[in-house]
Amino acid sequence: MYLAKITITLRKSILDPQGKAVHHALESLGMASMKDVRIGKYMEVRIDTNDKQEAERLTDESCKKLLANVVMEDYAFSVEAV
Amino acid sequence: MPALTFGIVVFPGSNCDHDAQYALGTVCGQETRLLWHKETSLQGADVIILPGGFSYGDYLRCGAIARFSPIMKEVIAFANDGGTVIGICNGFQILCEAGLLPGVLLRNEQLRFSCSYVHLRVEQNTSRYTSACVPGEVLRIPIAHGDGNYFADAETLRTLEEKRRVLFRYCDPDGTVSGGANPNGSLRNIAGIMNEQGNVMGMMPHPERAVEALLGPTDGRKVLRSIIESVVVHGELTHSSLS
Repeated sequence: MYLAKITITLRKSILDPQGKAVHHALESLGMASMKDVRIGKYMEVRIDTNDKQEAERLTDESCKKLLANVVMEDYAFSVEAV
Repeated sequence: MPALTFGIVVFPGSNCDHDAQYALGTVCGQETRLLWHKETSLQGADVIILPGGFSYGDYLRCGAIARFSPIMKEVIAFANDGGTVIGICNGFQILCEAGLLPGVLLRNEQLRFSCSYVHLRVEQNTSRYTSACVPGEVLRIPIAHGDGNYFADAETLRTLEEKRRVLFRYCDPDGTVSGGANPNGSLRNIAGIMNEQGNVMGMMPHPERAVEALLGPTDGRKVLRSIIESVVVHGELTHSSLS
């Protein structure tokens, strides 16, 4: 069994209004040194296989086909045996 | 003029399906059929409507799950075969997720759900969705969405503009396309587009909610009438009704 940990964020070229709003809140807390907040999603998926390459391949495919919309989002993931 | 049959797809969470049925059926005198998302036949529909709402609770991304509903396989085949498919609001989001229209609808720039009347400038009247309008005409139609901020890469935008595939833009009452008239941050104030072949259209505003004088503006009828007249008059009647 493998566990895939996936993070999905808006692409760098796309303005992230949620991140901007959170950044304003951080500023008003006095944390002015915290810059450039980007909001994203985190997912964990358990994959029933003993083959790490297969787990990576499936995770990548699922991100491309469903979990992320590559028109607006970037994704990154890691897989670990569990 | 024979009535067309409009197939209105119902996803779990659709909430403008009955509005579309009322506008097209009761107001425009067409045949309508509600098609549950689990069905695998379009039941002879001449035109398919993907209505507004919150299919699958907007989980993951708006339209991302609905795009994989069983009936969408038929809708995609119908569209690829030249059939007329219209996505309104959530339907527009689903068409983008399904790859039938380019680009994507991002969260509204101001992060608020936007529910109000807007003005739309009709950009051209050679499409089957705007043929009853005059180019430059201003329509008053409501919007109701939280994710209507149209985004596409520069190349896609250039193609949309060059091929005159932008049908509606948010504008001031006098037709000026301005930043102040943009309710959600959409690039170039885009409110509605069509695909390259012209048989698939998506728009965020709700024409089906602007059809009864008792309730407000009736400009939505012009969009619906365009579709009804174009699909019959110009012989664009599609395969399911001819076969």
